[in-house]
Amino acid sequence: MPNSLREAHHKHQNMLDILFRNVTRLCAFAVLALLIGILVSLIFGSLPAIKAFGFKFFTSAEWNPVTDEFGALVPIVGTLATATIALLIAIPVSFGIAIFLTELSPQWLRRPLGIAIELLAGIPSIIYGMWGLFVFAPLFGDHVEPWIKSNLGTMPLIGPLFSGPPMGIGLLTAGIILAIMVIPFITAVMRDVFDVVPGLLKESAYGLGATTWEVMWDVVLPYTKIGVVGGIMLGLGRALGETMAVTFVIGNAHDLSASLLMPGNSISSSLANEFTEAVGELYTSSLIELGLILFFITFVVLSLARYMLFKLSQREGHTA
Amino acid sequence: MFTLYKRRRLKNAIALSISVFTMLFGLFWLGWILFTLLEYGLPGLTAAVFTQNTPPPGSSGGLLNAIAGSLAMTLVGTLIGTPIGILAGTYLAEFGQRGWLAPVTRFINDVLLSAPSIVIGMFVYTVYVVKIGHFSGWAGSLALSILVIPVVIRTTENMLRLVPNTLREAAAALGAPQWKVISSVTLRASRAGILTGILLAVARISGETAPLLFTALNNQFWSNNMNQPMANLPVVIFQFAMSPYDDWHSLAWAGALLITFSVLSLNILARVLFRQQATTH
Repeated sequence: MPNSLREAHHKHQNMLDILFRNVTRLCAFAVLALLIGILVSLIFGSLPAIKAFGFKFFTSAEWNPVTDEFGALVPIVGTLATATIALLIAIPVSFGIAIFLTELSPQWLRRPLGIAIELLAGIPSIIYGMWGLFVFAPLFGDHVEPWIKSNLGTMPLIGPLFSGPPMGIGLLTAGIILAIMVIPFITAVMRDVFDVVPGLLKESAYGLGATTWEVMWDVVLPYTKIGVVGGIMLGLGRALGETMAVTFVIGNAHDLSASLLMPGNSISSSLANEFTEAVGELYTSSLIELGLILFFITFVVLSLARYMLFKLSQREGHTA
Repeated sequence: MFTLYKRRRLKNAIALSISVFTMLFGLFWLGWILFTLLEYGLPGLTAAVFTQNTPPPGSSGGLLNAIAGSLAMTLVGTLIGTPIGILAGTYLAEFGQRGWLAPVTRFINDVLLSAPSIVIGMFVYTVYVVKIGHFSGWAGSLALSILVIPVVIRTTENMLRLVPNTLREAAAALGAPQWKVISSVTLRASRAGILTGILLAVARISGETAPLLFTALNNQFWSNNMNQPMANLPVVIFQFAMSPYDDWHSLAWAGALLITFSVLSLNILARVLFRQQATTH
């Protein structure tokens, strides 16, 4: 090949290199633009509501499309309450499953059982909702809630949380179904972080005569603490934003009630139910502000989760 | 009186029994839900489901238009989201060692991966549906593509990182320019892994309801026009399940059975593929 031709070829390839790199960079930048776009559009859309209600939006339990009075207190409380119930159930269960899958299960069962738990995450949200409404809620309302009401409902302090008619649908049911939905996410992170614990550390503890439980609780858990909390936050992020399953079983009532057995509303279920039917600028804009609040809360929670998991992987790099 | 030794053994036994119990607890829900779907879904799964369109209230019919709409929107959503995801994932894995863009993108992508999908629907509604003035299949596809991107980015980056550096160096030493090294060596080596990511993304969006509520909405009739409101399985299931009609309920269960088993098969297929990828390295 003559020199000039080779040079031309070189130049051509160089240009293609630069082009390729910039195209991929543009796509990476698109993700950033997407986030900014979501934030800007939500803020822009909620401006009328922010102007009209200001800070009162967070403290008012009023939700009246007729008089154009809107407050986010009921859905915010509902979202936080259902997510809290979900975590209270999901954390110990996920920890148990993670222990089983990393320490107890026979090797040949690990993979199929692990996949089975992961499949729980694959079932679409709407299926949980349907199953919850038609199968779980009636059974729960007939058999479990009366028991809860007569036993826990009479106790001091927590009594008011468990009073009211056992209808099957309500905050408690939504929380339980959310728990089932986030178990696979928390379990997956716990399994991953338990796997990074150096074998040497565990074997040393076993060598000193520690029981399996003591190794898990006193060695593995302290070592992976940040990662476990990160996994829990990840589950929390999921539980907060979950829509369809909650919409089916929460009851969709804009009432503030102390009882977890009563129907309530969450941010996401208000959006799913009302957004397409909302008429009037203020109504729509109030719903968009709800969406903005939800996005903001989950963004903060998920960022913290990622930060913690990142910290754990960093430490792993230093000590290994 | 227990000795300390016995007490520790007992505590261990209790804790481990609870652990076994939690495992069964997890499997119990999976079994119960799948059983419910078969119990209610199978009787409704007739030939009419695949040959007739969604019926008006209180009469029988099928889900043909909803199945077709779901397939079309999933396809278009995947076609839009996948190239962007693969290219962005490539940037993170191959060019992401320096500069601010890669770490920031990686972080935001991880957050978007678990962001509430209903907010994505709202976003597409405000920037697209409001502008063109009506719900449409395109809007639904757009919302789904936004859900595809983070999944594909994540797996593409992870898979590219599995490719040994010696492979890149060998290609570069033969005089291949970088774009050729990446496109015909590293990306090709992680083909199966990237396909896994795409399958997982498809599995994720085929069951998504929330983002379609405000974008594609629903359509009782057959529609070839992506620029019109479009029927889709998840929203039809939602509407039919919430209705008081028995015919609609049984169709909703049949649809639920279809969706769940396709999503779960996609998930399992993706895992089998991933295993192949993992064993080739």
